[in-house]
Amino acid sequence: MYGILASIVDGVLVGLVYGLAAMGLTLIWGVMDVINLTHGAMIVAGMFALFLIVQAFGVSPYLALPPVLIGGFFAGVLLYWIAVHRMVGRPPLMSLLSTFSVNLVLIGIGTAVWGTALFNVNVSLPGLTVGRYTFPGGHIVAAVLAIVIAAALYAFLHYTRMGKAVRAVANNREAAELVGVPTTRMLAISVGIGVALAGVSGVLIGTLFPFTVLSGDTYELKGFVVTVLGGLGNPVGALLGGVALGLLEGLVAPFAPVSWTLIIEFALFVVVLVAFPTGIFASRRGSL
Amino acid sequence: MKTVTLVAAATIFAAAAAPAFAADDTITIGFTGSRTGPLNVDSTGQERGYDFWRDEVNAKGGIDVGGKKYKVKFVSYDDQSVGGRVQQLYTRLINQDKAQFLFGPYSSGLVAAAAVISEQYGKIMVDSGGAEEKPFELGNKGLFMVITSASHYLSGAVEALKSKNPHAKVAMVYSDDPFSKTVLAATKEQAKKAGLDVVLDESYAPSTTDFGPIVNKIISSNADAFLGGGHYSDGATLARQMHDQKANMKWISILVAPADDKFAELGDAAAGVTVPSQWELQVNYKPDFGPTTAEFAKAFEAKFKHKADYHAASGYAAGVVLEKAIEKAGSLDPKKVTDALNATDFTTFFGHIKFATDPGHHGLQTEHSMVLAQWQKAKDGKLARQVVWPKAAQSADLIYPINAAAMH
Repeated sequence: MYGILASIVDGVLVGLVYGLAAMGLTLIWGVMDVINLTHGAMIVAGMFALFLIVQAFGVSPYLALPPVLIGGFFAGVLLYWIAVHRMVGRPPLMSLLSTFSVNLVLIGIGTAVWGTALFNVNVSLPGLTVGRYTFPGGHIVAAVLAIVIAAALYAFLHYTRMGKAVRAVANNREAAELVGVPTTRMLAISVGIGVALAGVSGVLIGTLFPFTVLSGDTYELKGFVVTVLGGLGNPVGALLGGVALGLLEGLVAPFAPVSWTLIIEFALFVVVLVAFPTGIFASRRGSL
Repeated sequence: MKTVTLVAAATIFAAAAAPAFAADDTITIGFTGSRTGPLNVDSTGQERGYDFWRDEVNAKGGIDVGGKKYKVKFVSYDDQSVGGRVQQLYTRLINQDKAQFLFGPYSSGLVAAAAVISEQYGKIMVDSGGAEEKPFELGNKGLFMVITSASHYLSGAVEALKSKNPHAKVAMVYSDDPFSKTVLAATKEQAKKAGLDVVLDESYAPSTTDFGPIVNKIISSNADAFLGGGHYSDGATLARQMHDQKANMKWISILVAPADDKFAELGDAAAGVTVPSQWELQVNYKPDFGPTTAEFAKAFEAKFKHKADYHAASGYAAGVVLEKAIEKAGSLDPKKVTDALNATDFTTFFGHIKFATDPGHHGLQTEHSMVLAQWQKAKDGKLARQVVWPKAAQSADLIYPINAAAMH
């Protein structure tokens, strides 16, 4: 019984991080109807930034967050001008192809530099032990940080002028332009924030599990499931979607062989797409 | 116009066929390595073993075939750890690159895929990285395995565990790839026969990244011993998460991953973990010819700036086995070399090598034996692998239980 409870709690903790990983994906989608397929590569970039920073300076892994946040933002703005700007408003296949190409280039560079060996960053934080079950300290801290970052994003979108402008662009780009919102700049900023979020979630995932250059695929895939659960284009829903996914993973394990988890996950993905096309936690499409 | 096209076509044809004629004093050996993808770490060791052997042979002037020396040339590709790629690439190695002999790729799944091609073309393939028995039970004629096969991987671990705790409660959690499944299916029988209690038997997808739910399941099963794993990435992640979640096992045996020196990067999570190993730096077989373990280890490290592990040693052994067979046959004819391979019976620093010749198991390894190695902390706090089983080969005492304070 406690085992199930432990799995659920652990699922929620990890799920919050999955949610954060999906948030950038869903933000960019919400603002400009572009599915950013470099998302996985950006998560991996965050992981390797973590590894390099910890290795070079021997500091706490969490100190990698601020530089990754800033670096990720500028990388995102650059990505916007390279691969997204001309594709906005064109058929979705165009942006899929262009971001996928950038993804291949990034993964290729990563593979050439680091190979596909496993990298590990040890986090020595005391865990929380309840009976025989232990929740690793790293999981708890990562979950809390995921909530903090999500809250900061929410506050930015709802209480700052720039955030409101981003939402205005998401709602109706032409109307936003008419009232004087510099829409192109807002689009670039949105991609910047989306990529920064991917990088930051990469740092957090890197503190939880060992990773390789190719790990991004797994989390990008989970990102799609989370996005669908949480509602396309709804960053706060993404966090809830992540929790739902984590819960599911935690709940399936005690009752079924773990190799079933993925099958159940993606079966649910299809069911949700059919039954709730705008997501379970979605309020209204386009309202960030 | 027509003649021009014809001439052009002929030129292209001749150019494509050229390698077959150019190489009259070299022996071309083809293989693929997993230079990218999840099998990368283990496969790299094996490929270094091949390279080490080639350089050693060529430094001697080559392989002696009936009085004439042939240099060894490799043609190799990256199979990206994917079975589908392996079949394309081995076909290419045989047809386009005109490889005369083949080495296996890394891992059982990939070897099984490659063997289909090598047999189709009647080529000899020496396998040092795929331990599963199945491809050897299909009547294949040119496939030879220099390592101990999968069903014997954890038999030493079961014996050693039984000697410490005859009533151990065992959790078996393993990757659902063909190699790991074969190992653990055999291990389950061996454990039951030894009187151990198997309380959990479960497989996971090789791509699993979060083992949290599985570790909770292990804890819930009340197991005190763990046997399982698969290849590097999943095995290392499992070890780390069992440590992070304080699974409190008294015994942990993980396949493959802890046999790599990289495993020490896990720090405390690595301490006490045991691994079945085809070969360790401490084993001391008396070779009939060639380097001793110490000589090999020293030269290898000087060359690659990396310690030799069992994948490197088995890769090297594959080369030596082929070299000796070609020399003995005095010919490059596949049939004569196959006969020579069938008669192989010698000891190198890697151990005793001899192949089964009955049609039901042709090419399986019959003499080579494995050791059990354990990551132990030296006095200076550094982790190192020690051979702990069988007792005759011990370089250090087996530590049990590993969750005790004695580890730190």
